[in-house]
Amino acid sequence: MVRTPAWKRYNWRVIWLSLLYVAFLLPAVYGFKHQLVPHSAAYFVAILPALPIIGIFGALGRYLVEEQDEYVRMLMVRQVLWASGLTLSIATAWGFLDNFGLVGHADGYWLIAIWFAGLGLGGIVNKLTLGDGGC
Amino acid sequence: MENRLRVLRAERSWSQQDLAEKLEVSRQSVNAIETGKYDPSLPLAFRIAELFDLPIEQIFLPPSRLRSKAI
Repeated sequence: MVRTPAWKRYNWRVIWLSLLYVAFLLPAVYGFKHQLVPHSAAYFVAILPALPIIGIFGALGRYLVEEQDEYVRMLMVRQVLWASGLTLSIATAWGFLDNFGLVGHADGYWLIAIWFAGLGLGGIVNKLTLGDGGC
Repeated sequence: MENRLRVLRAERSWSQQDLAEKLEVSRQSVNAIETGKYDPSLPLAFRIAELFDLPIEQIFLPPSRLRSKAI
């Protein structure tokens, strides 16, 4: 990926949000495991680790707005399309397999992991199809 | 879209990086445009035309003109 100023800002935002994710997740896991979370706060504590992840999607959107290099922006859009296509395809296929009782029920947050893997796959496709220009 | 960017750049002894800096884009962008893998937006095409002081159609070759040449 080309390290444009917008890309550097995006990277910093992702790093900070990732640290925030860990800071929210670890106490939440510990708290629920040891039954330290009061019922009144359970929903709030459970949703906290999701917020930085949602923030990363927001940071990605902001990056696409801030990126001044139109070609580099197009590369990221292609990556996002690969990620979204892969995630939705797997979710659809898994949903039917699950519905017919052929596979076990999967936790929804796996979709996020698949989406980020799809983002990486999109980067590889860019490189393979556009060569040096694929960054 | 075919273009004469590489030739025009070579005439001025500019590297891809030189041209990228003048256009305020990445070197990869220049490479992708030169090799025809990416067609620039109209604003960027105008910036390229202004930089070389040429009309756009003397830098980017319209596909229709390429077809008529082939015939």
